[in-house]
Amino acid sequence: MSSPIVEYRGISKYFAGVRALENVDFSCRAGSIHGVLGENGAGKSTLIKIMAGVLRPDAGEMLLEGRPVSFSEPQSAAAAGIVCMFQELSLVPDLSVADNISIARPPRRFGLIDRRAQVARAEALLARVRCEDIDPNALVRELSLSRRQMVEIAKALGRDPKVLILDEATSALTARDVQTVYDLLGELKAQGVASLFISHRMHEVDQLCDTLSVFRNGRHIETFAKGDKSERDIVRLMIGRDVEAQFPPKPAPVPAAERGAPLLSVEGLAWQNRLNGIDLSVQAGEIVGLGGLDGQGQKELLLALFGVLRDVEGKVVIDGQKGVPRSPAAARSGRTRIALVPEDRKTEGLMLGMSIGDNLLASSFSRISRGPFLDPALARQSIDDGIERLKIKAGSAADPVMTLSGGNQQKVVIAKWLMIDPDIILLNDPTRGIDVGTKQEIYRLMRELANAGKAILFYSSDYAELIGCCDRVSVLYGGRVVSEKEGDQLTEEGLIAASLNIDVEAA
Amino acid sequence: MHQPAWKRWLQQNLGFASALLLLAAIYLLYNMLHPRGFSSAVAVQNANETAAIAFVAMAQTIPVLAGGLDLSVGAVMTLTSCIASVLVNGSPAEIVFGMIATLLSGTAFGLANGLIVVYGRIQPIIATLATGAIAIGLALLVRPKPGGDVDGDLGWALTNSVWDFADTYGLADGGDAWWLRPFADIPVPLIIVLLVTALVWVPFRRSVTGRTVYAIGSAEGAAFMSGLPIARAKIAAFTLGGFFAACGGLYLAIQTSSGNADLQQAGAYTLNSIAAVVLGGTSLLGGVGGAVASLVGAAILRVISFYFRILDIDPLLQPLIEGLVLLVAVSFGAIRTLRVKNKLDLFR
Repeated sequence: MSSPIVEYRGISKYFAGVRALENVDFSCRAGSIHGVLGENGAGKSTLIKIMAGVLRPDAGEMLLEGRPVSFSEPQSAAAAGIVCMFQELSLVPDLSVADNISIARPPRRFGLIDRRAQVARAEALLARVRCEDIDPNALVRELSLSRRQMVEIAKALGRDPKVLILDEATSALTARDVQTVYDLLGELKAQGVASLFISHRMHEVDQLCDTLSVFRNGRHIETFAKGDKSERDIVRLMIGRDVEAQFPPKPAPVPAAERGAPLLSVEGLAWQNRLNGIDLSVQAGEIVGLGGLDGQGQKELLLALFGVLRDVEGKVVIDGQKGVPRSPAAARSGRTRIALVPEDRKTEGLMLGMSIGDNLLASSFSRISRGPFLDPALARQSIDDGIERLKIKAGSAADPVMTLSGGNQQKVVIAKWLMIDPDIILLNDPTRGIDVGTKQEIYRLMRELANAGKAILFYSSDYAELIGCCDRVSVLYGGRVVSEKEGDQLTEEGLIAASLNIDVEAA
Repeated sequence: MHQPAWKRWLQQNLGFASALLLLAAIYLLYNMLHPRGFSSAVAVQNANETAAIAFVAMAQTIPVLAGGLDLSVGAVMTLTSCIASVLVNGSPAEIVFGMIATLLSGTAFGLANGLIVVYGRIQPIIATLATGAIAIGLALLVRPKPGGDVDGDLGWALTNSVWDFADTYGLADGGDAWWLRPFADIPVPLIIVLLVTALVWVPFRRSVTGRTVYAIGSAEGAAFMSGLPIARAKIAAFTLGGFFAACGGLYLAIQTSSGNADLQQAGAYTLNSIAAVVLGGTSLLGGVGGAVASLVGAAILRVISFYFRILDIDPLLQPLIEGLVLLVAVSFGAIRTLRVKNKLDLFR
């Protein structure tokens, strides 16, 4: 066994007191392809961001080829031979492919960028990734997502990596390109390059990697050679044993035959290449979960139903009416009112600098107005009701909403939408980054709302939450519903297996 | 398989190409309508009136490419023209020193802008609003009352045709050398603008710093992740802006042989520079466009105003018509947003 090229010793990283990585010892060897596995939020991203110089660890040290290193920025990591391809592409859309491939260290002539040499270099690297069809002079913005990923790979290759990190680098690739990448990684392995491979596609990891590491809740659980453990064992390692949050009791499931017409039904919903024919339905009084790994179309589905996306295809029926709302304004004020608690409360949910009161009223001004003017008494009353209903801990409703804690901020977002008395409530990961106590309040509120006859569509990246809260869960993969779980099938193991699009029973 | 180079260029530079076409069309028509059209005299006059705004538009372009606005360019031009009106006279050596000192002072001012924006972490628009006022204040100290004493020969030589330039300084047989003949009628200001562009802008665009300016405007996060020198590029953008504004100020002083700390003139130049940048096809969001495009944009702005002289249009209508033309031209840039599929992207 060769010596480790990168080694972590007791590395910890916290974000605002929340553990992202804790006391992690980890190493990867030269000439290996090392798969990193874990649930959403297990710490995989933090692990590689530290390696790539994007984040600095709060404790512990990192060794590169036996020497301690500390990178203050991506530049220094790249200079040391650690090259990372991020999920969010690092390409500049308005520059050409050739510019991007040689972006930080272009070939020069008389001190200036030598464009001809740069194009030649791009052509050579693109040929190496078998993408001769990409024009080096095209702008990156003109390319499709899968072509951009290949450019990203060519760019990484051009930096002569010692350690190559691929974070979901194959998520948008076509089958042919994936094979190319596999071949390339094989070549690099023979040349002694260490590749760290992060992918949610289990079969990819299985086919490609020689070593696997499992992370869970910011801890490194185990590293083993491929083939030492079955898929089933690996999934168990990923879940672990965790303290269960308290969930409110669910009503007895209604057999499918006895269900009435759904309040919301979706058939073959498609948008760009992100949604590829979604089928699902939600009854009044039901909480339907959206499961699956990040980025499988859950967010786009919610946005489409809320009227944010243009050119949505497929059949959507909302309480007997066909079609998605034209805009969020229409969604909120139609005959069947729809509310969306968005992904990012800081940018899409709240106007951070404005007062708690103004934020609470933002969606329901028309309900508290007389003619063109707000009725101050009615406004006051609504604000008090909202604060009371969600037990928002605030000094004064006139304080800026940014003075609140994350959990209370999220409560403001939810209270804002409850003011319009919505019939359908779309929730996009509403408990992300908030404390356990508030989470439980939100779970209880969701069940209350369902019991009051609302239809709730709930996306969460936390499987325990989906199991604890939902009557049914539709698991998305590649913009499609691949599995629907309810009752006894609604287990963490079942959800993870469906998310990875593998069949545990067969394994 | 790949597109031919010209077609790709056209696709990627549609804004610039249409601006160029528009300029060619309206300038051709202008010359046809002008009683002394297609003459050196008209060209010289037009070039003189365009040079300063062309420089200031280039000054504005570089911060805009990096995704910021520089509201001090007009003021820096005014400040440097006041400095030039004091320094650019005397012996040839003194004149050269004065010119260099003028350019350096503008460059230093731009550098200060860049340092304030990067290390003070102040938004460019508000930082330069403040420094612009400071520049006017300094200009008033340098030249409390309009006036000045710029070398007359220099003024004559630089604001006329190439023949006049040679004649003034007794070069190339007083301008009659056979090899100068083909160039004799070209306006000197045009040559100055093109020369500065070729010597300063073109190399900058082909440096890593220049490329970083584009990358910042296009996707600052990706630029950071790619390990590009972001702070250096931002400082360079404002510094170069200061240099170009100083070129404008120096030329203005030479052209008018005086300096004037005119607040209104500074403001008008700043606003026109933004208009020229947009007209040339540079995106106010950054990342797309270039200084050459802004030259064309500045020229379009000026040619529109030339029309008011030869067509018998009420001068009172001039701002109204200029505004309408600008609005129509700028609207084309908004067509892009009709193709956005995720409406949230419009707000990001």
